[in-house]
Amino acid sequence: MSADKNVIKEESMIIQKEMISRNYDAITSKMETGRKMASTFVPGNLNELVRCFDMLNNLPEINAIQAGMRKLTGGYIMEAEKGGHSEDVCTYVKADIGQLGKGNIAPNGKPYPDPDVLLLSYTGCYTFMKWFELLREQYKCPTVMIHVPYQGDGNWTMNMRDYIVKQLKDEVIPTFEKISGVKFDIDRLREMMALSAKAEDDLVWVIETAKHKPSPIDAYFGAVYYVGPIFSAFRGTQEAVDYYKVLKKEIQYRIDNKMGPITPEGEMKEQKYRIVVEGPPNWTNFREFWKMFYDEGAVVVASSYSKVGGTYDMGFRHDPKNPLESLAEYCLGCYTNRNLPTRVEILEKYINDYEADGLLTNSIKSCNSFSAGQLMMMREVEKRTGKPGAFIETDLVDPRYFSAANVKNRLESYFQMIEQKRRGVKSAA
Amino acid sequence: MGTQEIVAKCQAIFEDLNFTHAREWKKAAPNRKVIGFMPVYVPLELIHAANALPLGIMGGGDQMEVIHGDAYYQSYICRIPRSTIELGVTGRLDFVDMMLFPFVCDVIRNLSGIWKMMFPNVVSRFFDTPQNFEEKIGGTYYEHELLELKEAIEQTTGNKITDDALRNSIKLYNENRKLIWGLYDARAKEPWKFPTWELYVIMRAGIMMPVEEHNQLLKDYAAAAHQEDRPKRDNSRIVLNGSFCEQPPLNLIKSIEMAGCYVVDDDYVLVNRFLTSDVPVEGDPLKNLSLTYIKHSVETACKYVPKEEDKGQYLVERIKKCGAEGVIFAAPSFCDPALLDRPMLSHRVTEHNIPSISFKYAENSGQMQPIREQAGTFADSIKLWN
Ligand code: SF4
Ligand code: SF4
Repeated sequence: MSADKNVIKEESMIIQKEMISRNYDAITSKMETGRKMASTFVPGNLNELVRCFDMLNNLPEINAIQAGMRKLTGGYIMEAEKGGHSEDVCTYVKADIGQLGKGNIAPNGKPYPDPDVLLLSYTGCYTFMKWFELLREQYKCPTVMIHVPYQGDGNWTMNMRDYIVKQLKDEVIPTFEKISGVKFDIDRLREMMALSAKAEDDLVWVIETAKHKPSPIDAYFGAVYYVGPIFSAFRGTQEAVDYYKVLKKEIQYRIDNKMGPITPEGEMKEQKYRIVVEGPPNWTNFREFWKMFYDEGAVVVASSYSKVGGTYDMGFRHDPKNPLESLAEYCLGCYTNRNLPTRVEILEKYINDYEADGLLTNSIKSCNSFSAGQLMMMREVEKRTGKPGAFIETDLVDPRYFSAANVKNRLESYFQMIEQKRRGVKSAA
Repeated sequence: MGTQEIVAKCQAIFEDLNFTHAREWKKAAPNRKVIGFMPVYVPLELIHAANALPLGIMGGGDQMEVIHGDAYYQSYICRIPRSTIELGVTGRLDFVDMMLFPFVCDVIRNLSGIWKMMFPNVVSRFFDTPQNFEEKIGGTYYEHELLELKEAIEQTTGNKITDDALRNSIKLYNENRKLIWGLYDARAKEPWKFPTWELYVIMRAGIMMPVEEHNQLLKDYAAAAHQEDRPKRDNSRIVLNGSFCEQPPLNLIKSIEMAGCYVVDDDYVLVNRFLTSDVPVEGDPLKNLSLTYIKHSVETACKYVPKEEDKGQYLVERIKKCGAEGVIFAAPSFCDPALLDRPMLSHRVTEHNIPSISFKYAENSGQMQPIREQAGTFADSIKLWN
């Protein structure tokens, strides 16, 4: 049984690892292969469109995460601060820029090549705009911007969608044709979007399995791996479709056998608390952070961070019938492009749908897009669901702002609070 | 009226956190409404044309103790959202009929949602300005956005915005901008006659009163300041950049001046001179507002600059036009737009051999000594090298 489990566990992970390293190899060998490369962001990424032009896709946030997990970002951030960047701003930006100053080495040990174009999909976060202005200064390469209006009133309008479609038609596509030398083929785009939708269906299936008790997945620490292929360079590919098929099989197996998620230290046995998490994780101490949860028997059943690259569980799918409109709707619907009342509704729904014990907010010091307003959001969710909330503060990739003792203390008292609340409810009943 | 009297009146208006001047304006006639707006830019003309007062809400400043606001924002977020929440929670904005949160950054954008949840009876809107500056793309989008805003204002105020009323407002705001730019030019020429702290209180009060009143006040002040006999000092001429959203305390501005700097250009209270040319009065007013924004507005951190070679050029040109000798980058703590922009701007000014320094502040900064010392050393070094 346990031998089986290990084999199953490893299959999707091995596949993903290979996919990612193949992608890094493709990126770092672009000079030899002659392929062109676009740098772009995860939320609102237009992977299908980039691939339509036979171009590669490089994502600076993912590179910062990779470097963070390998504990390199502390040095990169210091490097950027020495170069005049403020200690107050997003640490992804500083990690990226500091990395540039230190040789810009990819996880495979080879240097990242310069991008041929910066595709600035401005959705969900103001910092994106400045980040690419900063990179443009460095690379002196063409930069094409898509301005995605914010859903300030909780919905998007036709005017907003038309605006994005026009930017795609009149600016993004012609720029990409010029840079790649490849003519735009809408049918090719449709084919990829059909593949995207297939993978998205399976991803949603995976994410929603956390409704089971015990939950076969961890929808935060585990989900960051599950969303990897879709949020990075693989949406719109057969590879991604195949990956999710394998993953589904693995998780089905766990459900059938009433098994918990696989953690870095093996299967999680006891599930005492079911938690919803708002906000990105910390990457420099990712494993330590995760361990604080499973050691206490806390499983995350839903998280907002696993929706930054698309809120597929809210129903959106890439639509091959209306490719450009659908890309626009995708950009508009990213989690942090939705206003705070909508974010509160989403979290409230998660607490109810996943029968969670409460909401934990991991507030990221340098990310205003997520963090500004989170205290209010937490209180509102508490009020509406009657479930307790807790607040911890860490950073994405700056190790100076991860205090393991503080986080652990907070989490332990939070779990005790849930316990007390349960007892209170029971004795009242 | 002499300058002292005008400045004292304006200072009283801008320091009054109960907004008495605006409250009285509203009370004076039955169908008057007040529409609050946050930094940096909203089309004031549309609000005025609906017989409403655009009321600039730029945080609580250094006079207000923030008690409730701190429970809403973590310590690593700038101060303006928490002091604005404080203004709301303490009932100081209870006469405001609508709140507009324009595009500046993620903090203001998220604040717009908080406002919706906290004050469900106030109409609040996020107002997005385009980052695409092509007439057919960003221009068309913006025209539609203006139309939607117009309808929302009409609904809230119950007053129809006719094209003629809008044209009349455009005229008044064209005049307002002309007077303000005129005053800025006059200060650049003779900064000893137009102290920046005076200009600042006049601008702050200006976004809290009807434009007609402000226009008169600007004329009166300009005339009075020209008459004043103020001694010219051997100060250094500097441009101040980065303070477009959360405003510094008045004492900070005074401290920079006292340290031997003549501020010959700044980006305080940018809304009233965001557009750099007149909005045409003839033709479709919404289209005119849209195109003037697209084609003739200032460069600031909350706007995308499409071409790398253009980045920071606006600042360099302003520096040259004002005959400045250096730049002070003064940004609110934790301000993403100002702080992320700063390295690029600083590279650009360095390319032009323009010296610069930078510091951070908060609207309630109390310790002026370090700032005075830094600005003083900077002013001295400019004198030494020139
Ligand atoms: S501010 Fe937040 S959302 Fe924006 S790039 Fe940084 S981490 Fe991502
Ligand atoms: S001070 Fe800066 S970060 Fe704060 S709300 Fe204003 S622009 Fe945003």
